[in-house]
Amino acid sequence: MSATTMEAAKRAAAHSHKSSLHRQRMWALWGSYIALGVFVVIFLVPPFYTLMTSLKSSAEISAQSGNPWIVRSPTLENFWYLITYPNFQTFYFNSVVVTLLTVVISMVISVMAAFSLARMGFWGSQTLSTSVFLTYLIPPSLLFIPLFQIVGAIGMINNVWCLILLYPTLAVPFCTWIMIGYFSSIPKELDEAALIDGAGYVQILVKIFIPVAMPGIIAATIFAFTVSWGAFLYPLAYLYTSNQMVLTVGIISDLIRGDVFQWGKIMAACLLASLPPIVIYAFLMDYYVAGLTAGATKG
Amino acid sequence: MAEVSCRKVVKEYEGGVQAVKGIDLEISDHEFVVLVGPSGCGKSTTLRMIAGLEEISGGEIWIGGDVVNDVPPRDRDIAMVFQNYALYPHMSVFDNMAFGLKLRKFPKDEIKRRVDEAARILDIGPLLERKPRALSGGQRQRVAMGRAIVRNPKVFLFDEPLSNLDAKLRVQMRTEIKKVHQTVKTTTIYVTHDQIEAMTLADRVVVMNHGVIEQVGSPHDVYHHPKTRFVAGFIGSPAMNFIPCRVTDGTNGGLAIKVTDQIVLPVPPQRMDRYGKYKGREMVLGLRPEHLFEYHEQGKPNWSRVDLLTDVVEPMGMETMVHFFVEGTPVCARVDPSTHAEPGEMLPLTADLNQMHLMEKDSGVVV
Amino acid sequence: MADGSSVPIGAMAPASGAARQKGSLHKLARHRSTTAFLLCLPLILLIAAFVVYPAFYAIYLSMLNKKMTAFVGLNNFAFLLKRHTFQLVIFQSCLFAITAVVLKALLGFIIAHLMHNIPGGNQKIWRGLLLVPWVIPLALSTLSWWWMFDPSYSAFNWILNQFGFDNVPWLGVGWIARACTIVVNVWYGTPFFMIMYLAALKSVPEQLYEAASIDGAGAVQKLFFVTLPMMRNIIAITVLFSLIVTFADFDIVRILTSGGPQDMTHVFATYAFQVGIQSGDIPLGASVSLFMFPLLAFAAFFVLRGVTKRSKEIAA
Repeated sequence: MSATTMEAAKRAAAHSHKSSLHRQRMWALWGSYIALGVFVVIFLVPPFYTLMTSLKSSAEISAQSGNPWIVRSPTLENFWYLITYPNFQTFYFNSVVVTLLTVVISMVISVMAAFSLARMGFWGSQTLSTSVFLTYLIPPSLLFIPLFQIVGAIGMINNVWCLILLYPTLAVPFCTWIMIGYFSSIPKELDEAALIDGAGYVQILVKIFIPVAMPGIIAATIFAFTVSWGAFLYPLAYLYTSNQMVLTVGIISDLIRGDVFQWGKIMAACLLASLPPIVIYAFLMDYYVAGLTAGATKG
Repeated sequence: MAEVSCRKVVKEYEGGVQAVKGIDLEISDHEFVVLVGPSGCGKSTTLRMIAGLEEISGGEIWIGGDVVNDVPPRDRDIAMVFQNYALYPHMSVFDNMAFGLKLRKFPKDEIKRRVDEAARILDIGPLLERKPRALSGGQRQRVAMGRAIVRNPKVFLFDEPLSNLDAKLRVQMRTEIKKVHQTVKTTTIYVTHDQIEAMTLADRVVVMNHGVIEQVGSPHDVYHHPKTRFVAGFIGSPAMNFIPCRVTDGTNGGLAIKVTDQIVLPVPPQRMDRYGKYKGREMVLGLRPEHLFEYHEQGKPNWSRVDLLTDVVEPMGMETMVHFFVEGTPVCARVDPSTHAEPGEMLPLTADLNQMHLMEKDSGVVV
Repeated sequence: MADGSSVPIGAMAPASGAARQKGSLHKLARHRSTTAFLLCLPLILLIAAFVVYPAFYAIYLSMLNKKMTAFVGLNNFAFLLKRHTFQLVIFQSCLFAITAVVLKALLGFIIAHLMHNIPGGNQKIWRGLLLVPWVIPLALSTLSWWWMFDPSYSAFNWILNQFGFDNVPWLGVGWIARACTIVVNVWYGTPFFMIMYLAALKSVPEQLYEAASIDGAGAVQKLFFVTLPMMRNIIAITVLFSLIVTFADFDIVRILTSGGPQDMTHVFATYAFQVGIQSGDIPLGASVSLFMFPLLAFAAFFVLRGVTKRSKEIAA
C-alpha cells in the first residue's frame, strides 16, 4: 500500500512540477509581450503625434488648449494644401528624380564592382575591397566642407544635380559590400558550370549572378533608396533656393518662415515625405532587414 | 566523342606545392575511366585541368587529337557534372539543360528536341518546368547529367557526383550513370573517393595518391593484382590486412612466411620462384579479410591452422567480421556468420595463401 | 571577402612552371583581369573623386586662413582648442555618442531578447512595428520630436501637467536639451541594434542552450556563458559602427537645437556646419571636421578587424 501511495505522490509531484514549468513559461511569454508592447508604444509616439497634428486645422493648433494628443475636428486641409503647393511638388519631384538616379547609378557601379571583387580579382583587388569597407565608415559630416569647395569649383552649388554626383558616395560602398557578400556565397561550381556551358564573364554576371543574388540586389537597392531619400546634410549645405531643394531640407526651410511654424503642414509634409520609405518597408521588410544585417553577418 | 590523353601533366600551385606530379594517362574513345584516391591525391585537380578550370603547369592534355592546354573550357567541348550539381537555381529544369545550347545559338526546335531526348533517357520529362529547389537530390543529379547529355560533348567529366546523396540513392544513381553511359557511349572521366563506385562503374580504374598514378587497370586487376601497398589497401572494404613478416625456409625445401615464431605460413608452390629471392628479408604480408577463414578439420590439407585471440566480433548478417591482433597489428577476418567466435576466446583460423600478396617493406611494391 | 578568401572564376592562379607557356589561356587570364579592373573603374573613380580627394583637400583647407589666401599651418587647430565653445563641442560630442550608444546597445539587447522569447510566427509583426523609427528619414522624425518638445505647446508638458508637474523647457536649458538630443538618437538607433542582435541570437545553435541546461546552467549563466560569448563579435561590430555614426551625427542636433542653448548641444558636425558654411570660414570648418578623424580611425580599425575575423569564422 505504501508503495502505491509513494507512486501516486511521485506522480503528483512530477505533474505539479510540469505544470509549474508550464506556468513559468507562460509568464515569461506574457511578460515578453507586455514589455514589447510598452516599447512599441514608446517607439510609435512620434509617428502617432505626427499623424494627429497633420489632421488638425491651423486654428485647432494655434488655440493651444486641451489634449494635444487627440484631434477634435480632423481635416485633410494640410494635405490638400501641400498637394497643390507648387514648392512642395517641386521638392517631391526633385527627391524622386534624385533618388531614382542615385539608386540606378549606385546599383550599376556596385554590382559591377562587387562581381569583379568577389569573383574575378585583379592586382590590388583585395586592397580595394578593404578600402570600400573603410569608405563606408567615413561619415558625410567629415567631408562636406571640402566637398562644398569642390561642388563650388564645378559650378554646381545650388544645383540639385550635384546630389546625383554626391549621393552615390553614400550608397555605393555599403551596396558593394553587401553584394560582395551575396556574390561570394554563390557556389563557385555555378560559374564553372556556366564557363563550361560557354558563358563569358558578362554573361555569367547578367544571366547567373544577378538573378541568383536577387535578394541581395533588392536589399542593396532598398539601402541606396533609403540613404538618398533621407540624406539631409548635403542638400542643406549645397542647396538654398526652393526650386532646387529636395524634401528633407525643403520642408524645413520652406514651411518654417521666420518664427512662424505651420506645424499642421509641417507634420503633414513629414508624413507624405516618409510615405515612400514606409511603403517600401511594409512590402519588402525581409529584404530591408537582410540588408541591414548583411553588413555584419555576411561580411 | 574522343580520346583524352594526359602527358606528363603537372599542376603546381604558387609556393611550389605540386598537386599533380607529372601523370601519364591514355583514355580511349567510349571508355569509362574512374580516377579514385583519397582526398588531396590530385584526382579532382586532374579532372579540372582536363575541363580547363585549372591552368596546366606542365605537360600536355589532348582531347580528340588536339592539345587543349590553351583552350578555354567553353571551347573544349566537354561537359561536367559537379558534386553539388551546380544547377542554376533561378532557371527551370528545361532552361538549365538548354542554357549551354542557347549560349551556342542553337535553333529553338533543336534545343527542344535535345532536351526532350535527354529528359527521356533520364526519365525526368515531367520535371522540366520545375525549379531546382523543388527537386529531390536524385532528381537534381539527373538534371545535372541531363545538362551534360544535351550538349553531346566529346567528353563527360564527373566530379564526385554522388557524394551529396544518401547511401541508398547513391547505389541507385550509380546504376543510372552506368546505364546512361551505355546509351550515349561518350568518353567519361569520373572522379570519386569511393572505391566501390570506382569498381562498379569503371572500364578502367586509375588509383591516385599524392599526385601520382599508383596503378591503372580494370577493376578486377586493381583488386586482385594490386601493384602497390597503397592500391592493395585502398581498394577493397574492409581493407586488406598488412602484417609484417619475414621470408624463411619452409619445410620440404619450400619457402615459408614467418609472422611470429608460432605463425609460420607455407608459400604455395607456384609462388616459390617469385618469392625466392626475398629469402631472409623483412616483408609485409597482405591478406584480404575474405581470404581468412575459420579453420575446419575437413578443410584443405595444405592450409595451416593458426589460433588467434578474438578481440571484437561484428555480426553483419550475411557475414561476420572478427578482429584480432597479431604482434600488435590489427587483423580482420571475414568469416561465416555461423561462427563460434567469442571475444576473449581463441579462434582457429586458416588463410587462402593463393590469394596472398607480398610487398617490400619500404617501397610498398607488390612482388 | 575582404580577408582574401575570394576565389577568381576558373582559379587560374599563375604558377611558376607555367611561365614558359604563352598561350591563349594566358591571354584569357590577362583579359580577365583587365575586365575585372574595368568593372571596378567606376567605383574607383567615384571614391577617388568624392572621398579620397576631398579627404586630402580637407587637410589642405584646414591649414589656410579664413580668406584662404595664406598658409597658417596648424594655427586653426590651435585656435579651436583654446576656444571654450569648441571645448564644449568636444565634450558634448563624446557625451552624446557614448551615452547614446550605451543606451542603444542595452535597450537593443533587451528588446532582442524579448523578441527571441516570443514564438517565431509573431516576431515578424512586432519586428515590423519596432523598426518604424529606423525607417522614417531621421531629418523628418526629428521634426516631429521638435514639435513635441515645442516650448509653447509641448505635448510632453501637457502630460506632465495632467500629473500635476510644471512645464519643462525641453530644448531651452542646456543639460535638458543635451538629454533630449540623446533621447531622439536612442529612439532612432535602438531598432538597428535590436535587429542586429536578433540576427545574432538566432545564429546561436539551440543545442548549445540545451547542452548548457543539461550541464545545469540557469538563465543568467546561459546569458553570460553562451549568449554573450557567441555574440561578442557582432556586439563589438555593431557598437563600434554605431559609435562612428552617432559621433558624426548631424541631423538631430541641427534640427532640434541648432547647437543651442549657449552652444551646449553642438557636436562636431553641426559646429563645422555653422563655422564653415554659415559663417563662411571654410578652413576653420574643415579643421573642426578633421577633429573627428582620430576617433573615427580608431573605431574603424576595430570594426574592420572584427569584420575580418567574423568573415573568417563564417568561412571556416
